[in-house]
Amino acid sequence: MSGLIKFLKKVEPDKKKSPFLHTLYDAVFTLFYVPDHVTRNGVHIRDGMDLKRTMVMVVLALQVCYLFGTWNIGQQHFAALGLYPGALEGLHLKLIHGLIKVLPIFIVTHVVGLGIEIWYASKKGHGVEEGFLVSGALIPLIMPPDIPLWMLALAVGFATWIGKEAFGGTGRNIWNIALLARVFVFFAYPTEISGDQVWVSGIESAAAGAAVDYGWWHLTVFNGLFDALGWATFNPAATVIDGFTGATPLALAYAGGWSAVTEVYSVDQMWWGAIPGSIGETAKPLIILGALFLILARIGSWRIMLSMFIGAALMGLIFNAWGATPFMQVPWYYQFYMGSFFFAMAFMATDPVTASGTNTGKWIYGMMIGALGLLIRVSNPAYPEGWMLAILFMNMFAPLIDHYVLEANMKKRLSRA
Amino acid sequence: MEFINVFIKSAFIENMVLAYFLGMCSFLAVSKSVKTAFGLGLAVIFVLGITMPINWVINTYLLSEGGVFGMDLTFLRFILFIAVIASMVQLVEMVVEKVSPSLYNSLGIFLPLITVNCAILGGSLFMVSREYTFSNSVAFGLGGGFGWFLAIVAFAAIREKMAYSEVPPALRGLGMAFILTGLMGIAFMSLMGIDPATMAGK
Repeated sequence: MSGLIKFLKKVEPDKKKSPFLHTLYDAVFTLFYVPDHVTRNGVHIRDGMDLKRTMVMVVLALQVCYLFGTWNIGQQHFAALGLYPGALEGLHLKLIHGLIKVLPIFIVTHVVGLGIEIWYASKKGHGVEEGFLVSGALIPLIMPPDIPLWMLALAVGFATWIGKEAFGGTGRNIWNIALLARVFVFFAYPTEISGDQVWVSGIESAAAGAAVDYGWWHLTVFNGLFDALGWATFNPAATVIDGFTGATPLALAYAGGWSAVTEVYSVDQMWWGAIPGSIGETAKPLIILGALFLILARIGSWRIMLSMFIGAALMGLIFNAWGATPFMQVPWYYQFYMGSFFFAMAFMATDPVTASGTNTGKWIYGMMIGALGLLIRVSNPAYPEGWMLAILFMNMFAPLIDHYVLEANMKKRLSRA
Repeated sequence: MEFINVFIKSAFIENMVLAYFLGMCSFLAVSKSVKTAFGLGLAVIFVLGITMPINWVINTYLLSEGGVFGMDLTFLRFILFIAVIASMVQLVEMVVEKVSPSLYNSLGIFLPLITVNCAILGGSLFMVSREYTFSNSVAFGLGGGFGWFLAIVAFAAIREKMAYSEVPPALRGLGMAFILTGLMGIAFMSLMGIDPATMAGK
């Protein structure tokens, strides 16, 4: 250990001559050797100390989602081709295909986001705050696997620059950064990001007979390797099977209600997450595990999670009673099987910076997100899923909720005095 | 039902500030504290809610060909609408001065300037071009005002929260206000596209 610290001290770049390099160095150094002073009560309470440990917990909770997401990209890809239907069949192909999709997204997100962050930190002359570690871990998970990388880079740039640095850096932003990146892609490139087939990677289109879309990594590097090992290889001549649409459960439910969904996907399949979707949002049990971990580590607020669940359930009950469209008639408990409710609940809504800060405020905030998200999902034909927009919408009102909660509290205490 | 549809539509789905960017001047200028923003928001709700039906009556019974004069007087529309709005604003100003002098002082010039708040005249003109009925025009006035009120109060709360942020010097003040408004517009887009009529099962 002392050898490493000696080495790190030796290569420390000069702070005056190259501030960018020094900030980068500082980030790496503090990752190995934590300063003793660590912020204890969350990101939004600023005492100028180190936020790394808080942030790293969230990143840890997300790792299972990454693992599953990588597998699921491959699983969906081969489901479209009608190959390897079992979960463990062709496992190496599925994982490698997933990695080929996830790794570039992960790298681009971090290069762009951390680049901007370090550049700003060096300009302002303070150590880099690892706020982006969490956003950077969340952003790849909420992107479709086939997203063009330049689009991703623009979105991350927008979110970090306008959504965070303009507001004064980590812990100051009003809107959730990961969701801003997602919403940027969503509104700026609607044709390339909507529709059914974007959720399945590596095929030219979702029509029967469409060719696969393999590149250099698939065909040259890994096929060569698997050939040498005598394993199954990627088949460049495979085509999309008849009857495959790539439609997500939500798209099916919007068109034809719950019966249309269960014709294509079983309830178990939706629960475990082997369905097309964004990279990390499909596996409900793993996300719930992550949520429990966050609650135990006292990072995620259980109030927000619970109230969001209640809000969505109440809205679902109202829709059941209303029953005007097939989507409204989907039993309320089945609404949770589709789409990204749990991911939004565990990792997006609980972001302590953008959520309400007061306990009463958290209840209101969560309930509103739950109700609004389901409202958008069910009644807005323009958007396939509601949670992203519902959370951004309530991010905007979180300061107002806090303001009135505080004011009511002051009034109560004044009247007692 | 129609009344509620128009109300929800004008308040959330087609928000005056965040979808049409009307009434920006006072939105940006009087949003430094929640309290004043709240007061101005209430004043705008009142003025919009009152002027809209009055202007509807004027437009239908005085200015249009089927009205009392029996000729097309729509070229007088702007001047009459503005006259109604100005007199209503005068009324609000007197009431506010009497009821809450502190609010009157903190609103300052922006209270009489509601007269030239684009959201108010814009609302009346929307009402004409969309050919609303009388009850719809009441709903549109109240809904549009409520949407404006919500937007400015949320905006003021965000600006209050940001008082201690280290915003880059070039963006402090108005620059940041514009960025905030844009991002709020994105957030409000979540409701765009919802059609209350189809939700009723039609």
